[in-house]
Amino acid sequence: MLLRLISPLMNLIDLPMQFLQRRFGITRLAWVFLLPNLLLFGTFAFLPILLNFAYAFTGTDKILLMERSFVGTENFVQLLDCDNYLDPNTCVRDLFWRSVHNTAWFIVLQVGFMVGLSLLTALVLNRKIRARGFFRAVFFFPVLLSPVVVALIWKWVLQRNGILNAGLEAVGLESVVWMLDRHWAFFWSVFLSVWAHMGFYTLILLAGLQAIPRDVYEAAVMDAANPWRTFRRITLPLLMPTMLVVLVLALIKGVQTFDEVYAFSGGGPGSATTLIIQYIYETGFAGAPRLFGPAAAASLLLALLLVVLTGVQLWITRRSSNG
Amino acid sequence: MGSAGRFLTRTRGRGRLHWTDWLTYGYLVLGIFLMFGPVIWLVFSSFKTDAELDRFPPRFLPYAQQTVSLDGYDKPLPLFRVTGGDLEGEVVAQVRRIGLTAQVVRPDAPGEVIKIARGERVPVERVRLATENYRDLFERFDFMRYFWNSTFITLVATAITLLVNSMAAFALSKYQFRGRAVVMALVIGVLMVPQSVVLVPLFMVTREFGMLDSLWGVIIPGAATPTGVFLLRQYMLTIPDEILDAARMDKASEWKIFWRIILPLSAPAIAVLAILSIMWRWNDFLWPLIALSRSENYTLQLALNSFQGEMHTQWSSLLAMTVLTLLPVALVFAFLQKYIATGIASTGGK
Repeated sequence: MLLRLISPLMNLIDLPMQFLQRRFGITRLAWVFLLPNLLLFGTFAFLPILLNFAYAFTGTDKILLMERSFVGTENFVQLLDCDNYLDPNTCVRDLFWRSVHNTAWFIVLQVGFMVGLSLLTALVLNRKIRARGFFRAVFFFPVLLSPVVVALIWKWVLQRNGILNAGLEAVGLESVVWMLDRHWAFFWSVFLSVWAHMGFYTLILLAGLQAIPRDVYEAAVMDAANPWRTFRRITLPLLMPTMLVVLVLALIKGVQTFDEVYAFSGGGPGSATTLIIQYIYETGFAGAPRLFGPAAAASLLLALLLVVLTGVQLWITRRSSNG
Repeated sequence: MGSAGRFLTRTRGRGRLHWTDWLTYGYLVLGIFLMFGPVIWLVFSSFKTDAELDRFPPRFLPYAQQTVSLDGYDKPLPLFRVTGGDLEGEVVAQVRRIGLTAQVVRPDAPGEVIKIARGERVPVERVRLATENYRDLFERFDFMRYFWNSTFITLVATAITLLVNSMAAFALSKYQFRGRAVVMALVIGVLMVPQSVVLVPLFMVTREFGMLDSLWGVIIPGAATPTGVFLLRQYMLTIPDEILDAARMDKASEWKIFWRIILPLSAPAIAVLAILSIMWRWNDFLWPLIALSRSENYTLQLALNSFQGEMHTQWSSLLAMTVLTLLPVALVFAFLQKYIATGIASTGGK
């Protein structure tokens, strides 16, 4: 049915395309096919990347570039002005450094738990178990949930009169107001982020495990290698490329975390769970004077980090697919 | 260490359950509990009344107090069982409560008001699904509008993404032309710098196009995805060029080759991209949060987020709305689990 709807439309495009084909020849027609995509890339990806530099070096709260004044490296100087980088309170832009600290802790914990737990889950799912498809789905489905839904699910479990507190009181412990304690709020932010994304990495690692040829294990059994040794000497090394991909992917996504944590805690209590993207969002779009300059400067610093990380990722995938 | 290793590597055959199998199934059961538990709890809670939601400790099933409509009273009256005093054991309807006493009537004699102590009565309850939570969404909140906004954005954006990306992938896989390597490098460049780090200039560009605070401002900027180009190109490379040559012999135009031959042959890859795109768009949050400011343009995700921010919004409506937002994803997942899993595994998610 859908096809019948599209068909006339596509035939309609055929006429001008035939004209272009006669005019330019087949090879140059490639550019015509590329044009819509490149136009969109150009306008909404490349142009913004270039403009981001312009915003990072200009000041005032005006959005139009012509109305903004050139301030040189002022935005960066302020962002990086710290007496002691380990203590955000000594920084000019203390909230920025608070968010950098939070993000650093966040990715260390989140990526660590994520890689560890997905590896464990993948190993378990790779064993001979009943209903593997079902269990795979159990661990995978949160990946599809929207970040806001994930946040609300856990908010409901963790609320003051929630089921977790009921459980704690049932076993004789005191209930906790989780979201008002900075450490607990941070812990649960990491937790729900791992909960939501773990299935994705499990899937990749499971594919990696299943790609390890059976006969390698059979050879190990022949040599009477003990299972722990087999795991350390065969499974782990052969899984290493996949592990690296997972690690870098998790890092790339980790530093960009915003949605679920923002919907979950709003960055609080105080600024305990404010991550870098939230800082950029609030500086540039949510505050009263919209500070586009500092927001763009912070974006630029983050982009640099991402370019390096993605470069590493591409290098790893290329190397592992070639070798 | 040896036994731990066995647990990590060996897949046991038939026969008696080894203790490592117990560990495995223990882990899996814990997994079910942790992954499904919260979602099921959410769904159950969404059918509870506000009074029941406030209750601590919570009960699993959605209980609600029974009510009765009596002559002479406008509203249905809540039913109580009396636990002490003269009326002990009887079921009465409460008319009003004043301090420590409650004025009640017997359901079969609605005219005669009796006073009893507040502490000497417990509500008569039974399991009832509070479907009014859901009804409220449609009557009091503009749920359908948010639903429509999300649906419109998802469908239109996915259609544009599929068309534009498949055209580009076709050019990049089936033509030898100067500059192809440059274009591929540019695509990788876009992959490296995601939307979330160019928010400020993207906001300005979208504003200059007059698309700010409109659904198109959400649809267009992300319509051409580098992931889509990659995914489709890799697939199209596996289609033999001889097919194209044969079609050209038959004087088929290049557009016809693309649309009649290449696209149908790439259907599996296109299906994967379609699913991914639908998922990204339905769940999208950060860019809509910036680009849309009037609440009538809100997507479901934005509406959900802004409702939870308003302190006076009751959990009952919020939970019901969360369940409805989750529902389409759950349905899609139930039917397309296999495609989704392979799709996500082959592209690295985004």
